[in-house]
Amino acid sequence: MSRTLKDLLPGEKAKVIKVLGNGAIRRRMMDMGIVPGVELEMERYAPLGDPVEIKIKGYHLSLRKEEAESVVLE
Amino acid sequence: MTKRSLVIALAGNPNCGKTTIFNSLTGARQHVGNYPGVTVEKKEGFVRYKDYEIKVIDLPGTYSLTAYSPDEVVARDVILEEKPDLMVNIVDTSNLERNLYLTVQLKELEVPIVLALNMADVAEAGGIEINYDLFSKLLGLKVVRTVGTKNEGIEDLLEAIIWVAEHKNQVSSRTVRFTEDLENVINEIVENFKNDVAFANWNYPLRWTAIKLLENDKEVVKKIKSLPAGERILELVSRKQEEIQSLLNDDAEMAIIEGRYAFIRGTVKEAVTEKGINKFSFTEAVDKILLNRILGLPIFFGVMWLLFQLTFTLGAPPMEWIESGFTILGEWVGSHMQDGLLKSLVVDGIIAGVGGVIVFLPNILLLFLGIAFLEGTGYMARAAFVMDKIMHRVGLHGKSFVPMLTGFGCNIPAIMATRTLENPKDRLVTILITPLMSCGARLPVYTLLIAAFFPKEVAGNVLFSIYLIGVLLAMLMAKVFRTFIFKGESEPFAMELPLYRIPTLKSVLIHMWERAWLYLKKAGTIILAVSIIMWGLFTFPMVDAQGNEFESAAEQMEQSYAGRIGKAIEPVIAPLGFDWKTGVALVAGFAAKEVVVSTLGTLYSIEDEEALTEEEDTTVKSFAQRAKEQSGYTPFTAYVLMLFTLIYVPCMATIAVIKRETNGWKWPLFTAGYTTVLAWVICFVVYQMGTVFGAV
Repeated sequence: MSRTLKDLLPGEKAKVIKVLGNGAIRRRMMDMGIVPGVELEMERYAPLGDPVEIKIKGYHLSLRKEEAESVVLE
Repeated sequence: MTKRSLVIALAGNPNCGKTTIFNSLTGARQHVGNYPGVTVEKKEGFVRYKDYEIKVIDLPGTYSLTAYSPDEVVARDVILEEKPDLMVNIVDTSNLERNLYLTVQLKELEVPIVLALNMADVAEAGGIEINYDLFSKLLGLKVVRTVGTKNEGIEDLLEAIIWVAEHKNQVSSRTVRFTEDLENVINEIVENFKNDVAFANWNYPLRWTAIKLLENDKEVVKKIKSLPAGERILELVSRKQEEIQSLLNDDAEMAIIEGRYAFIRGTVKEAVTEKGINKFSFTEAVDKILLNRILGLPIFFGVMWLLFQLTFTLGAPPMEWIESGFTILGEWVGSHMQDGLLKSLVVDGIIAGVGGVIVFLPNILLLFLGIAFLEGTGYMARAAFVMDKIMHRVGLHGKSFVPMLTGFGCNIPAIMATRTLENPKDRLVTILITPLMSCGARLPVYTLLIAAFFPKEVAGNVLFSIYLIGVLLAMLMAKVFRTFIFKGESEPFAMELPLYRIPTLKSVLIHMWERAWLYLKKAGTIILAVSIIMWGLFTFPMVDAQGNEFESAAEQMEQSYAGRIGKAIEPVIAPLGFDWKTGVALVAGFAAKEVVVSTLGTLYSIEDEEALTEEEDTTVKSFAQRAKEQSGYTPFTAYVLMLFTLIYVPCMATIAVIKRETNGWKWPLFTAGYTTVLAWVICFVVYQMGTVFGAV
C-alpha cells in the first residue's frame, strides 16, 4: 500500500502525489494547497495523537488523521 | 456638492487581517445583520473619502469560492448578484501562496480588484521582499502595501480604490491561464455558450461558468440545468472531463486547482524574494510549549478555567448591580404609581423584563472579550487542535468545547459563542446540545431541593450526579443528531494554525460591542415580549368569577392562566410523580429556571421567598414539609424534579438567542421540543423504576 500523510512522523518531509476521495473534504484540502507536487512536513501530533499539524506552502495546517489518510505521498 | 457613491466588497482568507482593515476603513459606521436564509453574518459599513461615499461590504473570510460552504457561496453570490464596483482582496503577505489562491478565483469572476498586501510588516521582518511593480504587472492588479493593525496604507488603499473605480476600462481583466490542454477545453465550452441563445441573458462570466462546470460546482450545475440547452451542455462538460482525465491522468477539478497554484508559484518566484529568515521562529517556539504532548492539555484547561472565571466570577458583581438597580427602579416607579393593573404591568412586566434582558450583558461582554482575545492571538485554533480528538468522537468539533464549558455558567453567551465554529453543521449541533449543560440559574433549584430532601453527607454527590447526567446527555444527543439529522459526509476539519500575534484593542472592543448589540437588538426584544406574556399568564384573571379579589398570593396563582396550565398538564406529568403545583412551577421556569423553586414557595404559601433562596434552615424545613404534605414529595421525587429542571425546555432567553443565531424559528422550536420530550422520557423511566424498586 502507498504511504499517506498519516504515516509521516514528526520532522519528516514528503511530496504529495495525489489526494484521494471526493466531495467537500478533498476539495478543502486541495484548496488549502495540498496538491500534487507540493512538499509538506509533519510538524507534530496533537497531545492526544489526533489531529496532526503540517507545514505546507509557508504556513501551518492541522488535519484530522482520517483526512491525512487520503493524501498519498511519494 | 453631491457625493459620488461606490460599493466595494472586502474579500480575504480567515486570519488575513480583513476585519482590522474593515474597522480601519469604516470605524464605527458599521451595520451587522444576516444574509437571508442562511446563518452567515452580513457586515456593512460606510466611509467618506474625497468626493466619494463608499459602501463597504465585508464578505465572510474564506479560503476559496466553492459551493461546498455557505460562507463561500454567500461571498460569490454577493460578487455576482450585487455586483460591487470593485473588490478589495486582502492577503496576508507572510503567507502569500495560499492567500493568492483566493485572488486567482476572484480574477476568474472578472471584477476589478485592488490587492492589499496586508501584514506587510510581519512579512518584511520575516525577510520577505516584494517587487511591487513586477508583482502588480504579473497579477494584472493594482497592489497596495498595508499594515492594518498600525493603520498604515489605509489612505493608499482608498486612493487605489478610487483610481480603479475611475479607470475601470484600463484595468486588465485578464484571468489566469491554465495549461494548453485545459485552455482548449475551457475555450470549447465557452464557444458553445456563445452560440447558444439561452446564454444571451446569462448573468455570469462565461469563462468562469465553464471552469465551475468542469469543477462540478453544484450551484452552477443547477443553474445550467434550468436552461433549455442545459442537458446538452452538461453532457458536453462531462465528455470534456473524461478527456482531461485521460489526457492528464487527473480529474478536471484537481487539474484546475493545480493550474491556479502553478500560476501563483510562478508569480511569487519572480516577484518575491525570501531571505531565509524563519518567520515562524516565535510561533514555533511558543507552540513547542502550548502544543506540547504533556503540557498541551493542562495549559488548555488552565486557559479555559481563566475564560470561565473571567466571564462568570468577574461578571457576577455587575449582574448583581443591574438586578438591584432594576429592583430599585421598580420600587421607585411603583411608589409613584397608583396600585392597579398598569402599575403591575410596568413594574412586574416591563421593568422586570428589561432588567431580565440587560442582566446578561456583563457575561456576554466579558466572554466575548475573552473570545476576541483568544481568536485574535491565534490560540483558539490551538485549543481546537488540542481538544478535537475527544470532541470529534461524539460528532462535535474541537471548538465546540468553549460554548459547552461556558454553558455551565449561562447558556445565553454560550450559544452566542458557537460563532467561533465555521462549519454550519458543527455549529448547529453544538447549539442544540449546549442547553443540556447545567447553567448557573438551575443551581439554586438543585441546592434548595437537596437541602430540603437530602442529608448533608450525600449533598455533594447528588449535585455532581445532575451535572454529570447533563454532560453525558449532551454527548449522547450530539451523537444522535450527527447520526440521524446531520447524516452524510462529515465536514472538513483542515484548519489553519495562524501565526501568534497581539490583537488590537480596537478590534477586540468592536467585536465585544457588536455581540452585545446584536444580543440586545435581536434577542432582547423577544425576551422582553415573552416576559410580558409570562407576566400576563401569572397575573390574569385578577378576580374570581364573582369579581372578588383572591385571598392569597397562592390562590391568585392557582386561579391564574399559568395555574390552569399547571392543572391541565397534571395528567401528563403525573407519571413522573409531579402534581399540578410542580406543573405551574415548571411553566414559570420557562421565564428563568431559578423561579421554579420560588413559584413552588408561593404555591405553598411560604411568605418569605428570599429566605428560601438563601436556604434559611427553618424556611427550607417548612418547604420540605409542605412539599411532602401538599404534593407528596419524597427525596426521590425531588431528584426527578431536579432532573426535569436540568433537561426540559431551556429558558426563553436561551430560545431567543437560538432564534437569533440560527436565523429562524425552526431550531429554537426543535430545541424546545426535543429537550422537553427527552426530560419526560428520562424522568418517566427513572421515576417508574424507582417505584418498582421501592425508592418512592
